[in-house]
Amino acid sequence: MTGGGVKVWALHLALIAVLFTAQFWLSPYHTTNLSRIMVLAVFAMGYNLAFGYTGLLSLGHALLLAAGMYAAGLPAQLWGWSAGPAFIAGVAGGGLVAAALGLLALRTAGVSFMIVTLMFAQAGYLTLLYFAPVTGGDDGFAVAAASRRFLGFALSADTPRFLAALAIFAAGLFASLALVRSPFGRTLVAMRENEERSRMLGYNPFTVKLAALTISGLYAGAAGAAYALLFGYVGASFATIQYSILPMLYVLLGGAGTTFGPFLGALLMFALIEVASGLTSAYLFFVGAALVALVLFAPKGILGTIRERWVQWLP
Amino acid sequence: MAALIETRGLTLHFGGLKAVDGVDFTLQPGEIHALIGPNGAGKTTFVSLLSGRRMAQSGTILLDGEDITRLPAHLRVRKGIAYTFQITSIFPRLTVFDNVALAVQSQGARDLPARTRAALARVGMAGLEGQEAQTLSYGHQRLLELAMGLALNPRVLILDEPTQGLAASEIDSFTRLVESLVPETTVLLIEHNMEVVMDLATRITVLNFGRVLATGTPAEIRANPAVQEAYLGA
Repeated sequence: MTGGGVKVWALHLALIAVLFTAQFWLSPYHTTNLSRIMVLAVFAMGYNLAFGYTGLLSLGHALLLAAGMYAAGLPAQLWGWSAGPAFIAGVAGGGLVAAALGLLALRTAGVSFMIVTLMFAQAGYLTLLYFAPVTGGDDGFAVAAASRRFLGFALSADTPRFLAALAIFAAGLFASLALVRSPFGRTLVAMRENEERSRMLGYNPFTVKLAALTISGLYAGAAGAAYALLFGYVGASFATIQYSILPMLYVLLGGAGTTFGPFLGALLMFALIEVASGLTSAYLFFVGAALVALVLFAPKGILGTIRERWVQWLP
Repeated sequence: MAALIETRGLTLHFGGLKAVDGVDFTLQPGEIHALIGPNGAGKTTFVSLLSGRRMAQSGTILLDGEDITRLPAHLRVRKGIAYTFQITSIFPRLTVFDNVALAVQSQGARDLPARTRAALARVGMAGLEGQEAQTLSYGHQRLLELAMGLALNPRVLILDEPTQGLAASEIDSFTRLVESLVPETTVLLIEHNMEVVMDLATRITVLNFGRVLATGTPAEIRANPAVQEAYLGA
């Protein structure tokens, strides 16, 4: 987990640098897609902190994504908040809802935790539909261009949008790297590996897991808010079960408990769906096949396998 | 001398089974106190009540005069009661260093690497810190368990059958190690190996059917007819 020091930070900086140059050699269409992937990767990084490091298998993260999206989108829509405050509201919204969810759901563990988080997420989705006059329901609403401005830049334009997505992604990546290499990161892994032993070393598993889930919620909230502000759309479809499953797929594909895994998984899954949906409307078949292959040949995900076989110092 | 741990009427029944049945017990500071008795006598259940892994149905537990009967396990650890598991319970996929660092940092994260290495050196495992814990030999895993207990800097260290499964040569060095812990740390030891018990213990408590059968020095316990009948003579 620790070790590698300078090498590790350099590697993460290199990824950010490569991504920065992508805007110069990718078409505008693909640049926008990359922005979207980076935002989804932030969501997945949060999921990874809860699932990959702490061992909390949640099926309710769509609730946290939607919390961030609406906490940013509604003030923009109703009171004309600009992007900065709206984004902060979104991050806080994700964190608050995650903390509330954790206070209730963390009384359970394992399969019960999966079911309880799924249930709360469905309740959240139905609530959004119920209040459709405000939330827009499944149709959602477009965020006004006036609210999609940050420091004078229009976030609807390609370059500012890409740079904003990259900045949020970089912040999330370095924060998660610092976190997992800190003593607290070691405590998170201890919960995943042996909760009873951790308790007998003086840790309160409930508070540690609550902290992990709340941090995960901050990430989900940031991703939801960024999606609303960068792509200008807020809707209840982001609260559906699909968006609870997606970050899990990203993390499993890229490698649970690796810092790069969420981004790699989001990138590959996005590309797979892009290519497959161009071939057939049954593109989910390809997603399923990829997952079966993953479980059969690389259950630790791509980077988990690489770390195990070749590059032990990979965080 | 005031007792470090004192229990009065400590009781835990599982349905009709009286696992711990009104146990009065004192642990004096600085001693090595052995808990012996036949299988199923309630030894592990009793120390589970002390460490907070299980909650007592009635009775009280005092740590240095303070009532800790209802205190959750993790807070008892912070007050200085460390428990090492009968069935080795480590973090198998983490390195030896991380296993011990987890114990050190729960006491505050200052000087983490130095304190971690010191705990490992104490049990003779310096140099193994980068190894994944599950790849260690069984004897080393037992020592790692002990290092984690020591790294908590406990006032009371509860060892639940620490020599079980160790080779004879390992038992000897283990015994010397436990001896070196007192009087800074008080040791409560569950042990089946009578040689180890008679060698180490300053006092012995014999449990049988969840009750205290006898308490005394090794010589007193050996001479006790009731103990001989229930346990030693068998």
